[in-house]
Amino acid sequence: MSATGLFLCLFLVGHLAGNLQLFLTGEEAALQFNAYAKFMTTNPAVKILSYLTYFSILFHAIDGIMLVASNKAARPQKYAYSNPSANSKWNSRNMGVLGTIILVFIAVHMSNFWYVMHFGSLPVDSAGNKDLYTVVISFFTDDSMGLIFVLFYVFAMAAMCFHLLHGFKSAFSSFGLRTAKTKVIFEKIGYAFSIVVSIAFAAIPVYIYLTH
Amino acid sequence: MNLTLKVWRQKDANSKGEIVAYDVKDISEEMSFLEMLDVLNEKLVAEGDEPIAFDHDCREGICGACSLYINGEPHGPMNRTTTCQLHMRSFKDGETVFIEPWRAKAFPVIKDLMVDRSAFDRIIQAGGYVSVNTSGNTIDANAIPIPKEDADEAFDAATCIGCGACVAACKNASAMLFVSAKVSQLSLLPQGKVEAEERVKNMVEQMDHEGFGACTVTGACEAECPKGISLENISRMNREYLKATVSPGK
Ligand code: HEM
Ligand code: SF4
Ligand code: FES
Repeated sequence: MSATGLFLCLFLVGHLAGNLQLFLTGEEAALQFNAYAKFMTTNPAVKILSYLTYFSILFHAIDGIMLVASNKAARPQKYAYSNPSANSKWNSRNMGVLGTIILVFIAVHMSNFWYVMHFGSLPVDSAGNKDLYTVVISFFTDDSMGLIFVLFYVFAMAAMCFHLLHGFKSAFSSFGLRTAKTKVIFEKIGYAFSIVVSIAFAAIPVYIYLTH
Repeated sequence: MNLTLKVWRQKDANSKGEIVAYDVKDISEEMSFLEMLDVLNEKLVAEGDEPIAFDHDCREGICGACSLYINGEPHGPMNRTTTCQLHMRSFKDGETVFIEPWRAKAFPVIKDLMVDRSAFDRIIQAGGYVSVNTSGNTIDANAIPIPKEDADEAFDAATCIGCGACVAACKNASAMLFVSAKVSQLSLLPQGKVEAEERVKNMVEQMDHEGFGACTVTGACEAECPKGISLENISRMNREYLKATVSPGK
């Protein structure tokens, strides 16, 4: 759980760095983004990384679902009255639910862009690369569905934020690195990471919707 | 003060239990929670009913026998307090108070509010000890110098009274806080280092075997533990377990 979770956090950094190019507008930006998208689907080193990422998502999700199931089985009879908010945070108790939202998001998101890029027949730009930039922009500015997609993406990023607010620091405890001294450090880094990354991702569709 | 109690009643391990409501009247705020139950039990006995079974022994917060999931929290609403040290002034006149046994697959109900916590004993038997020479030339423990910091940390871990509130509080019914306190109290000291690897492996294996859940670091155990055992113990146990399995003998 912890190893795949933290690897996925690394993936988020890389993915975000690439996608920030979507904040750029104009012909130039489109060409640059499309060239980047081509590089990401063809470069052998990136290929290895992307297979590692697919594997991590699958392993993390399956392991997570099994963990939730066996942990539920450890308490076959529920309490008639329980007050869990007195001792723990809501997101820490609902990692499986938050993770499932992320999983659904990943499936939708991959069919939106990844599938189109890999298997769809796309028009090419003036440099001869598949024009993914235009696909992304028109996806979020579509007259009937654009706003719904923007809201869904923002919602999913909020779920990811809460998943990571707990998950990031939790992973370091699982690795045995949490001590009285380090716990504050992991917590602070984790909070900063979760909030910055989630807001940055969520800002992309919002920005596209508002400016195009 | 007057209260409505909603108490879990269960005839024996094999019966299906249920919540039963009782009205208790003229309770003094100075009474402990268990004394309040004693008063109710005297009334039940006088009326020819079966008294409510619950665990207790020292009634001074040191033995770990008392339990009870009170109004949704193990050992009730006061932090760092066992049920026997909880007083009725923590409740309001007219309040409804739910009283349930610890709930975990590894802690089956014996009767009413009593659960079988012998799973903890078996975890201790699996490795919660140190082997010392008892042939007559035993070295006095105080002759071994121990850094103050280690001694303090070991002592803090050793204050665990084995009550099981950590398991009761955890949404996964995980026993990691208890087991890690016991692992830490021994492995931090020179006498415990010798068997450290075997100990952590055996105790974790027994813990899983008993059917406790896994830790997802919600922190509920630490918040509810009457002795303030910290989550850092769990991380220390994870560290020791990783070391013992990945690079044994180092
Ligand atoms: C962007 C994708 C994701 C990232 C970056 C991520 C990250 C993390 C991290 C760092 C942890 C903490 C590991 C630990 O405490 O040992 C974690 C835990 C967890 N994740 Fe994810 N995760 C992601 C997606 C998912 C998905 C798709 C699921 C699937 C259903 C999921 C389910 C879980 C569960 C159940 C836990 C449980 C452990 C707990 O309760 O603490 N996660 N995740
Ligand atoms: S760790 Fe705390 S809550 Fe758990 S058994 Fe020990 S004293 Fe009780
Ligand atoms: S009865 Fe001994 S700790 Fe409560």
